[in-house]
Amino acid sequence: MSDYAIDAHELTRRFGSFTAVDAITFNVEQGEVFGFLGANGAGKTTAIRMLIGALEPTSGSATVAGYDLKTQADQVRRRIGYMSQKFSLYEDLTVRENITLYGGIYGVSDKDIATRTGDILTRIGLEHAGDDLVRDIPLGWKQQLAFCVALLHRPAVVFLDEPTGGVDPITRRRFWELIYEAGAAGTSVLVTTHYLDEAEYCRRISIMVNGAIAAMGTPSEVRKAVGAETLDEVFLKLTRPGSGAAA
Amino acid sequence: MRAFLGFVRKETLHLLRDRQTLAILILFPVVQVLIFGFAVRTDVRDIAIAIVDPTPDVATIELRDRIAASDRFHIAAVSPSADELDLQFREGSVRQALVLPRDVERKIGRADSLQLQLITDGSDPNTAGIMMGYATAILQRWYRDAVPAGRSLQIEPQVRMRYNPTLESAHLFVPGLVAFVLTIISALMTAISITREKETGTMEMLLVSPIRPTAIVAGKVIPYIVLGFVSVLLVLVAARTVFGVPLRGSLVLLLAESLLYIVTALALGIMISTKVPNQRTAMIAALAGLMMPTLLLSGFIFPIDSLPVVLQWLSNLVPARWFLTIVRGIMLKGAGLVTLWQETLILVGMTLFLLIKGSRGLAIRLG
Repeated sequence: MSDYAIDAHELTRRFGSFTAVDAITFNVEQGEVFGFLGANGAGKTTAIRMLIGALEPTSGSATVAGYDLKTQADQVRRRIGYMSQKFSLYEDLTVRENITLYGGIYGVSDKDIATRTGDILTRIGLEHAGDDLVRDIPLGWKQQLAFCVALLHRPAVVFLDEPTGGVDPITRRRFWELIYEAGAAGTSVLVTTHYLDEAEYCRRISIMVNGAIAAMGTPSEVRKAVGAETLDEVFLKLTRPGSGAAA
Repeated sequence: MRAFLGFVRKETLHLLRDRQTLAILILFPVVQVLIFGFAVRTDVRDIAIAIVDPTPDVATIELRDRIAASDRFHIAAVSPSADELDLQFREGSVRQALVLPRDVERKIGRADSLQLQLITDGSDPNTAGIMMGYATAILQRWYRDAVPAGRSLQIEPQVRMRYNPTLESAHLFVPGLVAFVLTIISALMTAISITREKETGTMEMLLVSPIRPTAIVAGKVIPYIVLGFVSVLLVLVAARTVFGVPLRGSLVLLLAESLLYIVTALALGIMISTKVPNQRTAMIAALAGLMMPTLLLSGFIFPIDSLPVVLQWLSNLVPARWFLTIVRGIMLKGAGLVTLWQETLILVGMTLFLLIKGSRGLAIRLG
């Protein structure tokens, strides 16, 4: 049993002859906010989908929340939260109904669902919209709601796949406050993002290129290792070697 | 269990909130019955009837007047013998013939049994049934009025169908309709509701959650089982109240067999949903892959015997074919499980096969 929230070893996924994720090894500590960076198609989503048990690894192993992904999938499922790239609440259910549904699926007691629903609504400022259909509330709130729903059952690890896509800067900021709160409460967060300013918020980051991890560490460590001033530069150097950004 | 109930509740809410679809699903069966029922009636006016009256008397002339007075009939010919009838039917100059016995007036007076023959052109089964109904109604009214109260005489109209001797009933379409409606509601709606979740990404959320794939499927289909059941009842009530379609066998058996077929159709829907990526493809697959066979290869529109041999063979693979035989047996012939066990067994076998295949397909995590 591993003390890490996520402990991946040589995790690999091939689709036919194409290797989407190539032997990645990394770990995430408890309560750590860990950023997964990379260009489109670099393999971030495939890596996440293996870690949440939606996709079987071709080879390699991993433990999530201390349980083996292959042999203890049920234990893993109960201890993780997931928010996908696609918006994943039911549009034709109300805010409350969505929360109740996911609470029920994850075995949260009725009493806890009731108190946590109240907490969530106050925290993201939706007190008056609890009985509105989700399709009627603004996108920024939907994303925050989806995040809170992913945290409803107090998971050990939560996976966020590009959670802030299409959201305005103010809402993004508030979203990151929520992420920090979760980290402070002991939940590990693995988050993928395109926004390099968001990467600075992460305690550690890894940059994926063509399915492999090209750099990993705290943002300043990564900058130093690659020899770049900003993460923007790091990103360009790693993803487009030989381009104008190369020093 | 709590998770599962919550899940059923969610599916029910989806169904109830999608008002348009729900309205269509509830109205669809009734509208179908009415369309089929009334489409059948279009041509049933002005029926050319021939009357064979060997010994005209007061009673038969009164009867002829009544027939002539009805806007349903016009008397095309009156003759003393039945010799001409075959020719007239073949030419199409008459569509129905009433053959009266000799000495009607005296038989009525003496309380003898009266035997009438009502010959109907059966080439179009549906119209034939309706023509028979009209003629019988006039005959019975005439007879009631002609025979003073207290005498217990009965007309026994001998009905002989020309050109379509195997015709069972004008109401053959209702059993077919039950199969058709159930296929649409159960298979199509299940396929759509599962693929919708694939499209929106919520299916992935469910598959990575602790809830079992079998529970997801069960939760999804339960509301549609209920809806399918309501549809069967609606079709039966509509068919009975509007068109007087008989139910000769056991209602309980009919409902039980319907329930079996609902599950068959749901399993077909699950199968489709595991094979297709989105709602649009699911809809096309369900329409082309299920509705056409249900309409054309089940015996609903074309009798199986009249299909080419290859299609007859193919029709064995269409679940609706077996269900149709069962429903017709129960409704029209009053058959019980003793005669229908083979069809039932085939349907059970098909359902199990589809359920196992379907849930395996769905259990494979979305790749």
